[in-house]
Amino acid sequence: MQLEIKNLHVSYGKIRALHAIDFSIDKGEIVCIIGANGAGKSTTLRAISRLLPADRGSVMTFEGKNLLRYQPDKVVSQLGISHVPEGRRLFGNLTVMENLQLATFARRDKDSIARDVAQVFSIFPRLMERKSQMAGTLSGGEQQMLAVGRAYMSGRRLMLLDEPSMGLAPLLMLSMFEALKEINREGTTILLVEQNARLALKFAQRAYVLENGRLVLQGLSGELLNNPEVKKAYLGG
Amino acid sequence: MDLFLQNIVNGLQWGSFYALIALGYSMVYSILMLFNFAHGDVFMVGSYIGFGVATALLGFVALTGIPLPGWLILILTILFSMFITSFVGVFIERVGYRPLRDAPRASAAITGLMIGIILETGNLAILGARRLSFPQLIESVTYQFGGIYVTNKKILIVGVSLGLMYLLHRFIQKSKWGMAMRAMSFDFEVVPLMGVSINRIAPLTFAIGSALAAAAGILYGLAYPVLDPYMGILLGWKAFVAAILGGRGSILGAALAGFLLGFIEIFVAWVFPSTLRDVIAYSIILLILTFRPHGFFGQAHSTQLRL
Repeated sequence: MQLEIKNLHVSYGKIRALHAIDFSIDKGEIVCIIGANGAGKSTTLRAISRLLPADRGSVMTFEGKNLLRYQPDKVVSQLGISHVPEGRRLFGNLTVMENLQLATFARRDKDSIARDVAQVFSIFPRLMERKSQMAGTLSGGEQQMLAVGRAYMSGRRLMLLDEPSMGLAPLLMLSMFEALKEINREGTTILLVEQNARLALKFAQRAYVLENGRLVLQGLSGELLNNPEVKKAYLGG
Repeated sequence: MDLFLQNIVNGLQWGSFYALIALGYSMVYSILMLFNFAHGDVFMVGSYIGFGVATALLGFVALTGIPLPGWLILILTILFSMFITSFVGVFIERVGYRPLRDAPRASAAITGLMIGIILETGNLAILGARRLSFPQLIESVTYQFGGIYVTNKKILIVGVSLGLMYLLHRFIQKSKWGMAMRAMSFDFEVVPLMGVSINRIAPLTFAIGSALAAAAGILYGLAYPVLDPYMGILLGWKAFVAAILGGRGSILGAALAGFLLGFIEIFVAWVFPSTLRDVIAYSIILLILTFRPHGFFGQAHSTQLRL
């Protein structure tokens, strides 16, 4: 198991957002968490990235290391867990190239950085055309490409993706998921959360269903696609 | 006409101090959304450190008989003092502001004011109430261009200030550290997701701001060689006004507004009695801010003033 989460509780002040979450991911898997708005999907990813503190008693282990001992920047630079946040959150005042370079801030392997940039540009040729442009001027699809490219540069043992389909036209959505598959084939484990359950279940091998901060269902994606409850609640009948 | 040009020259020198100090306010604000209200006192501390370094270097010359020229002592004084004062900034960030990073901004503002008072009164306790006179490291030479008089010190003050601003600009635009600062000014929260430690960028920013304040302190000591523990208060507040006028968090704005402030003060004093200088000058600035509350280069969407 690459990532193991046990009894994860997260609270915002006195309000508990996640209740005793348990799940695990193997290396190389594509796993998704589906759920409605406010179910706690982003909170889960933010807890893994250590952007949010986990309550006492929570256990998070990544490749045998206690995640809870790591600061957010070290989760990325030392453990290789990258995070594409909700809404992309690019640095709009930096160029495309600078956004990619910033993601390598803590990396010491200068030679492979150049190779990785080339790889990002081969996955997303549009970014190459736009590399000297300010990230704030990119279209929505290009911004999502850069957000993923940036994560690819910062660490790719595990990539966390928060709603990568959001705001994308259907065709762009599909090509985005194709790109993610390619990144996965290179060896990056992928954990994504999605509101677009149908798309996510077609893309991922396994899935968890989150409801009001609790994991209520889990299984292979194919099974969940045919599960009557999931169909009714998340796939529009 | 000559008098006008003369005032331009004087305004450039006077504005240099404001600009250098205002940069420190703006840099810290741009990355952490807080104003370091102890910054004026860092200017004072920098000036005193400059005094100490210069005195030590002069003592070294007297002791060893190695004839270091005055300009070299001055350069060494500026460099050493900037270096030492940068640690004052790092210390203030670590002890004063880091524990308050998630606290309401008012707490940070109050802490800053307290640190300022501690620096002032600490200085008073250590060095006593007497004023110090900053050693004159270089001979004053006056050049005449037409009807304008320019001293070598004025040229030096403006030149060093502009040079430091250019270096800062290069650093922010070209280095990866500067890139991280720009990123932080855009979206503070996501920066750690890039593997960048905020606990390294924040002290660095304080260090650079404090080093610039130290440079301002020494240049100030060259022009007005009397040091006292409260010298940073008024100058610091005025530089803060410059930072606001330039647009909160805007580096370019802070520099330009610093010079503008210098010009306004000098030109007001040209026309009106000097006792009215600040009343009139700052009424003008208040008027400008009434029409442009976010300053020259500030973002209009952040009109709520976060202290």
